[in-house]
Amino acid sequence: MNTTVLSTQKLTRKFGDLTAVNQLDVTVERGEVFGLLGPNGAGKTTVIKMLTTLLRPTSGGAEIAGFDLVRSPAEVRRVIGYVPQLLSADGALTGAENLRVFAELYDIPRAERRARIDDALAFMDLGAAADRLVRTYSGGMIRRLEIAQSMLHRPEVLFLDEPTVGLDPTARRAVWELVSQLRSTYGTTVFLTTHYMDEADQLCDRIAFMHLGTVTAIGTPAALKKSVGGTGTTLDDVFAYFTGGTLQEAEGGSYRDTVRTRRTARRLG
Amino acid sequence: MTQYEHAARPDGLAERHPLPALSPLARLARFFRRTLTIVTLEVRKLRHDSTELVTRAIQPALWLLVFGEVFTQIRAIPTGTTRYLDFMAPGILAQSVLFIAIFYGIAIIWERDLGIIHKLLVSPTPRTALVLGKALSAGVRGLAQAIIIYILALLLGVDVSWHPASLLGVMLIVVLGSALFSTFSLIIACIVKTRERFMGVGQVLTMPLFFASNAIYPIAIMPAWLRAIAHVNPLTYEVDALRALMLTAGTSAFGLGLDFLVLTLSTAVLVIVGAMLYPTVVQ
Repeated sequence: MNTTVLSTQKLTRKFGDLTAVNQLDVTVERGEVFGLLGPNGAGKTTVIKMLTTLLRPTSGGAEIAGFDLVRSPAEVRRVIGYVPQLLSADGALTGAENLRVFAELYDIPRAERRARIDDALAFMDLGAAADRLVRTYSGGMIRRLEIAQSMLHRPEVLFLDEPTVGLDPTARRAVWELVSQLRSTYGTTVFLTTHYMDEADQLCDRIAFMHLGTVTAIGTPAALKKSVGGTGTTLDDVFAYFTGGTLQEAEGGSYRDTVRTRRTARRLG
Repeated sequence: MTQYEHAARPDGLAERHPLPALSPLARLARFFRRTLTIVTLEVRKLRHDSTELVTRAIQPALWLLVFGEVFTQIRAIPTGTTRYLDFMAPGILAQSVLFIAIFYGIAIIWERDLGIIHKLLVSPTPRTALVLGKALSAGVRGLAQAIIIYILALLLGVDVSWHPASLLGVMLIVVLGSALFSTFSLIIACIVKTRERFMGVGQVLTMPLFFASNAIYPIAIMPAWLRAIAHVNPLTYEVDALRALMLTAGTSAFGLGLDFLVLTLSTAVLVIVGAMLYPTVVQ
């Protein structure tokens, strides 16, 4: 049986003259945690936006859980979950209400809704805070709530865009544990982006380095370390090696990326 | 092969819930359920924090108390046998509903900046349901505003009709008017994309919409060019319908049927255009 759950074929997105993503070809196996790494402006978020149907590819395409991204975006939406980079749970609603809205939007049968929401709250350790307004939550709690929201319909593939930006070390570790638990409990395939090397090392089965819109290296963290140097090589070295090692400037997306990251950080207080 | 056969998982750990049948009727029912989800979401937010409903009462109160009382005294505007205060009360209802609705788009930009819209768009909710849900929730705010105007009107002795059919008619028109102008606002937000530009455009549009209508003076006293604009301004039809429905002695200049038709068709067109533009706000 075919175990590939996501594959892209020459996936490309241009913004005017800028090619944000250039002929991307990656394949993700079922149950895998796959990480897309790269500096700000490398095109990671553009890849996620295309794969989650928010942005149409300029050319090329992808197949997710057997559905064609370009031809059947509506079907793709049913089988994926998405946690955007921004802390996007609605602060004006309680945690339970946030979950309820998404249970309804994903057509989870009325009879099951209550149980799913209670499960999710327990899984994320948010039971005690369920009826508090989300604007009183800490950053880590909001992130857990959002992952719960995105898992209510048991997606085949869960997309996490910079899942731990702006979180403190404890909250980051909690998110990592959660992602591992999701995989072992539900067999969910996880596709995440990050620019934290420790995150990729801890979480990902395989990682792809992205630089200026193209994948420059792909493999397991161990294999990538080995390919760059001998013992003592860290993923930071690998990162520097495969992304040119220099600061990128004026790569179009980078300014907006920074602004967004700052905004997220500010919201976390 | 059924459409969802792929969902069988090799590990058998997570069983997928069955997806709803896709007959046209079921699809339509699901569409309205999703729309309702968006409306209840907005109503819940209002329930958690309803201070905005109170602060919004101030502006129409000023219009009715100051402008209305003064112009009633000096009889500067010819409104036939209708007292000026009675004439303008439905106009002020329409105006305050317009003022709420026309800045609705700023919430769209705000929600985009928070990433809320990203998640809604990634869910399998039809875009039209998202936009219509937003439009109708603006209607809920409009209805709250209508209650305030009715209280003010009662205090000022406006000749209000309390017939249940009139009240229902007013509610319908208020919801339609809110939906129409809030969707218009959503479309502007999707085009201009930033808060600053949106505020600018919003300010520029509000006053012309208000003054080029029959809200506070009859169309008959307008110069011909302004009358022409008033005739293509949906607010004119909203006010016309409200004037006929809200007042005991109210009459409609265009006929309630035409008013209703203009408002419904404009709203429908705007919702369809809005649904096409809505996804571009996150790009």
